Amino acid sequence: MHSKYETVIGLETHAQLLTESKMFCSCSTKFGSKPNTNICPVCTGQPGVLPVINKKAIELAIKTAIALNCRIEKMSVFARKHYFYPDLPKDFQVSQYELPLATGGFVEIEVEGKKQKIGITRIHLEEDAGKLVHKGAARIMGAGESLVDYNRTGVPLMEIVTEPDIRSPLEAKVFMETLQHLLQFIGVCDAKMEEGSLRCDANLSLRPAGETKLGTKTEVKNMNSFRAVLKALEAEEKRHAEVLNEGGKILQETRFFDDINETTIGMRSKEFAHDYRYFPEPDLVPVEPDHQWIETIKNTLGELPEAKSERFFNEYSLAAGINKILISDKLKADFFERTVKHFNKPEMIANWIIGDIAAYLNENKKSINEISLTPEKLSEILKLIDNGTITGKIAKNILLEVLGTGKTVQDIIKEQGLTQISDEGELVKIVGDVIKNNPKQVDEFKSGKDTVIMFLVGQVMKASKGRAKPDKAQELLRKALG
Amino acid sequence: MKIDVEHIARLARLGLSDEEKKLYGEQLSRILEYAETLNKLPTENIAPTTHAIPMKNVLREDRMVPFPDIEAIMINAPQEESNMFLVPRIME
Repeated sequence: MHSKYETVIGLETHAQLLTESKMFCSCSTKFGSKPNTNICPVCTGQPGVLPVINKKAIELAIKTAIALNCRIEKMSVFARKHYFYPDLPKDFQVSQYELPLATGGFVEIEVEGKKQKIGITRIHLEEDAGKLVHKGAARIMGAGESLVDYNRTGVPLMEIVTEPDIRSPLEAKVFMETLQHLLQFIGVCDAKMEEGSLRCDANLSLRPAGETKLGTKTEVKNMNSFRAVLKALEAEEKRHAEVLNEGGKILQETRFFDDINETTIGMRSKEFAHDYRYFPEPDLVPVEPDHQWIETIKNTLGELPEAKSERFFNEYSLAAGINKILISDKLKADFFERTVKHFNKPEMIANWIIGDIAAYLNENKKSINEISLTPEKLSEILKLIDNGTITGKIAKNILLEVLGTGKTVQDIIKEQGLTQISDEGELVKIVGDVIKNNPKQVDEFKSGKDTVIMFLVGQVMKASKGRAKPDKAQELLRKALG
Repeated sequence: MKIDVEHIARLARLGLSDEEKKLYGEQLSRILEYAETLNKLPTENIAPTTHAIPMKNVLREDRMVPFPDIEAIMINAPQEESNMFLVPRIME
């Protein structure tokens, strides 16, 4: 972005909380069920029903609030927000309005090596709406009729609102990535943007550089991936700049991101200014978490990514790059620490986890707690490399065999005769064969081309099926050719 | 008390005739005037409340219990297709 304007962005994010049942009734929250199978009189707004707050939803939101450095409010109140829409069977959404669950926190993000804090205005709880399927069109515009599935109606949502502290589309994307990681890390939300369990809308405005008053904002919706957040806000930022450069005025409106053309489109609506007529939901009494309850929740929080990263750096002296990859998956980080307890070579362990093991996990779409490798088995394999019993190459084969078959390390070694050649006589014989079979390379080496030695070492490794120790092979080759 | 009956009717998606607007305007004004009498009470030293009953933290455990008679809900759909509620065009 050119320096003439400063971009100001605030985000409203919605995270679906990991509960078994809905916010105010006992229906399942399961994603992908047959339409209208997870519904009941409460979530479809039948007359005379009585909603009851899901305790777990409150606890997960409090957990998030603590992780986001927010203040938990002494009292929060649910309100009715009235509007008509087919996905909202009650004709009002239950949400927290004047008295949210938590306020005033921050999230630290790092963009291009620079750390900064993004303020969190508030966190509140609400219920999700149903899902619309538009007939005869990919979108609502142009659809003749729509179909409504109320399975999602009443699923607990946590809304996290940021301060207008974000200064570029890239920062907005990084904020969402950081938030996703954090929510997954503390186990409150699976936070998949593509599946809609983490969503975001953005308010964007431009102002002349140096100006403190905010410009007119537009709200951008329909950003269903991190890339979409970046592309949508870049497009909207550019559009604002063009309008302002031509001396035009930005119209305050809601705009829809078209991810195919990567532009934003104004959503023409006959709706006049919103008038939601909020009032306290009479069927739900206030939530007043006491100190003891908050402390109990705090104790379930565990170590947050930032603190863990710092501790890993201090305790295990891991390089920043390795540390970051390891911490990005809590399960891998735990696996790492458990392995270190058996075998105190942190860097070696970390490299295996983020290298060959991570590659296997990606390929098989599994997490590290779903495979037959255990910290005990990994440490056993690595100890064998460390004491010279096997080579790194063989270790990799053993690792893949353990992952594939679940056999014990000792069984694999016995079955395949994989231990490193410790008998020098056997190795001398292989070296002799390699020299005999490669006269051309031997001549080149003798005429002074020293690098050819690596080719010959390779031949020894091949002939020994990887059981030779490379430096020992080289030593014996040089001796024989010397 | 002056009331914007048209605005309120629009919020409730009600089409009112001129007579109805007049009638409801007067009635709503009277209701609000009656509620105004509450303002005569001295409330300076009373903390605002959102509910009439002194209760808090009425919560349930997170347990899933399927509703046994979904058909009784679906029967309310004026039109149904693929087990979903069919609704007319939403956006103009």
